[in-house]
Amino acid sequence: MIDNNTKMEDMTPGGDIYEAGNAREFKTGDWRSLCPKWIEEKCTQCGLCFPVCPDDSIPVGEDQKRKDFNYDYCKGCGVCAKVCPFGAIEMKEEGKE
Amino acid sequence: MGIRERLSGNEAVAVAMRQINPDVVAAFPITPSTEIPQYFSTFVANGQVDTEFVAVESEHSAMSACIGAEAAGARAMTATSANGLSLMWEMIYIASSLRLPIVLNLVNRAVSGPLNIHNDHSDAMGVRDAGWIMLFSENNQEAYDNTLMAHRIAENPNVKLPLMICQDGFITSHSIENIELLEDDKVKEFVGEYKPEHYLLNQKEPIAVGPLDLQSYLFEHKAQQAEAMKNAKQVIKEVSEDFEKLTGRKYEFFEEYKLDDAEMAIVCMNSTAGTTKAVVDKLREQGVKAGLLKVRMYRPFPAEEIANSLSNLKAVAVLDKADSLNAAGGALFEDVVSGMYVNNKNVPVVNYVYGIGGRDTKETDIEEVYSDLSKIVETGKAENPYRYLGLRKGEK
Repeated sequence: MIDNNTKMEDMTPGGDIYEAGNAREFKTGDWRSLCPKWIEEKCTQCGLCFPVCPDDSIPVGEDQKRKDFNYDYCKGCGVCAKVCPFGAIEMKEEGKE
Repeated sequence: MGIRERLSGNEAVAVAMRQINPDVVAAFPITPSTEIPQYFSTFVANGQVDTEFVAVESEHSAMSACIGAEAAGARAMTATSANGLSLMWEMIYIASSLRLPIVLNLVNRAVSGPLNIHNDHSDAMGVRDAGWIMLFSENNQEAYDNTLMAHRIAENPNVKLPLMICQDGFITSHSIENIELLEDDKVKEFVGEYKPEHYLLNQKEPIAVGPLDLQSYLFEHKAQQAEAMKNAKQVIKEVSEDFEKLTGRKYEFFEEYKLDDAEMAIVCMNSTAGTTKAVVDKLREQGVKAGLLKVRMYRPFPAEEIANSLSNLKAVAVLDKADSLNAAGGALFEDVVSGMYVNNKNVPVVNYVYGIGGRDTKETDIEEVYSDLSKIVETGKAENPYRYLGLRKGEK
């Protein structure tokens, strides 16, 4: 892993990454300006929201039920809030409750 | 003792490629380099090589295919000229920044427009800052020899940079000259196998090539490229010395022709050096102390070495076969002059832009330059440093 403190000598030529499946290391959640909030009481677990997430920000458990958002990767696109028939997802400005 | 042959510059390069037998050649025809993939495709058709020849639909794709092949772990080569190189432009930078040691033969031609298919160096000068090693070749023999040395330089783990070999379109690419070839088995042994440490088709180590590289990282990766370019100097020296042991043909960063005791010298690249040597010989017979510095290794640029070599002269003319159109002089001139300035070598230097669009450069033209230089030697002054050679222009 490299970060803002890594010296050029310790970086790979061309930025090559010598392992697969590394996209999960790149947390893109800080691109978000709007933030989805899950209101669990209103959620009926209808299953419409998680298939439309363009990333993988709505985790689904072994019990087939969705859990709270994974904000490491959610960019706040709002598609999930749009498809929810029950008003169980609200978009809030990022950084405000 | 090698094999005596007579080949054009393009044929010589194609023969070198046959002997190297790369894994992939992806190329698109463009004058005057067309013959290189043309000859090479006959070697493929005749089964003389086991190269995968990719007849792509454009030069952008040619370089893209070479990048894909090289990243996969294969040895890839291509050839192009002028606007073909222009179309590769985007991928030229990708190749060097991904540190892929692709070898390209550039047969120099004017970049249009207006439309011109003849020789100058505007194509090469357009990519001089793209992170490619650039070797220039005076004649067919040098184009062949530089091609044989290319992979050992480019693929060295301390380098890992793409390399282009330049020669003058038509002037050497289509002129048949005597040439001494190496035997196939000796080439194979000299060039060796390509064994990259990391490559895409290694199923034991899945890797990602060319990932997103934003503000936190690109600067360091560019500095790594610059470092590799510095390392290339030593590698080019070593490979050239090995090549000399094998063939007896000596190659250095630049060739000093009768420069030791010279008072004035021309600095130039490619075929013009041959014309200049003939003029130097003539002038020497007349007792004129003329010399030549022929640049072989243009990138990395041997700034300090050239500055030292020119330091005892009384007048220098740098010949640029491409106009930088910047009201400040050609690219080779700027490189030479900045090298001399930072190394505290103070010699009057003038710049001549010449041979644009294939304008013939004759011995009389070179004689004119030495005649101008002798005036500078007398007066110690180099006025009007940005000059043209062979341009039709009124007095006003």
